[in-house]
Amino acid sequence: MIRAERLEKRYGEKLVLRGLDFELDRGGFLVVTGPNGSGKTTLLRLCAGLAIPSGGTLEVEPERGAIGFLGHEPLVYREFTALENLDLYGRLYRVPERRERIGMLLERFGLWDSRGLRAAKLSRGQLQRLALCRSLLHRPELLILDEPFSGLDADGAELLDRELVAMRERRTILVSTHDPERVAPLASGRLALA
Amino acid sequence: MRSYLADAGVLARKDLRLELRARDTLPSMLLFVLSILVVFHFALPSGSSRLAELGLLWVAIVFTSLLGLGRAFVAEREQGLLDALVLAPVDRSAIWLAKVVATLAFLVVAEVVALPAFALFFEPVGWSTVAGVALADVGICAVGTLLAAMAAAGRARELLLPLLFLPLALPIVIGGVGASVADGSGRYLGFLALYDAIFALLAWASFEYVVTE
Repeated sequence: MIRAERLEKRYGEKLVLRGLDFELDRGGFLVVTGPNGSGKTTLLRLCAGLAIPSGGTLEVEPERGAIGFLGHEPLVYREFTALENLDLYGRLYRVPERRERIGMLLERFGLWDSRGLRAAKLSRGQLQRLALCRSLLHRPELLILDEPFSGLDADGAELLDRELVAMRERRTILVSTHDPERVAPLASGRLALA
Repeated sequence: MRSYLADAGVLARKDLRLELRARDTLPSMLLFVLSILVVFHFALPSGSSRLAELGLLWVAIVFTSLLGLGRAFVAEREQGLLDALVLAPVDRSAIWLAKVVATLAFLVVAEVVALPAFALFFEPVGWSTVAGVALADVGICAVGTLLAAMAAAGRARELLLPLLFLPLALPIVIGGVGASVADGSGRYLGFLALYDAIFALLAWASFEYVVTE
């Protein structure tokens, strides 16, 4: 599903990733760990197709329409409501039975009552929940999550724990986290960046 | 093709709705174009030539469009939303097309106010000027949207966009002024149409490379 050989990423003079080799099979769950600045986010952006490798090879399957990505930004329009944001992405991804799917996700992530609120009015935790809804909306085959527990309160984190257990059955997952023990029981592999 | 246009339609509607909510771009464009026409009205000596007056109209249009273009990618830049659009399974040139349509809509609204204001302050505009403005708008938005995306990725974006855009807008100004004042305006209108076709095609084809990292 993802295969990297001697993967390198350079921003100007700075070499962020150097000669990285790893493989993530279909249905696998890979946890990426490392200190700040070790290149976790860069690696995830490369895998999502949001950045281009400077060297080595990186093969990612599936194509971008089947990838769900959760980054540091929620990637929602602040002027739109939670419902409008998901509707926009639902149209772009041509999600079948869009309204039902959006309603189900909003319910599941505890956002149904806030569906009419503009994203700018949502709390950090609610935004993270909305971002999770966005990344799951199109039922991605490959899910890439960059620090998904960031900004979530205890309830939100527990909810995400349960979601990850459920998603583990059906999806290939790549997660970066500073708390690897939290997802350790689910992981099929671990990649430590220095 | 149908899904391509549908994607562009969804994205253009998104931009128009964002503007309806935020009201950031259009009021600024309207205020700017009216202000600049008032300034020109008092700055231009009485008895100035028609050519000078129409030249100032084109200056006003180009700088007003620059204001709109400068805000075309603000939401995407400030909130990292270009990542979300790039990740979506839509042709990346559809993002460009949607931005062109939205920016064009704002510019046309600004001109619907600006042209009567120009007539009030200076002299009525003829159909050849209106046709020139319409053709110029397409070129301005096609090229300007590509350059706005390039500038949005850079650090000195406020500086970069005018520096990139104004030299490329020069043929538009020449064609527009020519269409407004020359006896054979058809030649200049044809020139503007050719500019639109060539630069729209170039911008459409190269947008993908601009938004990919």
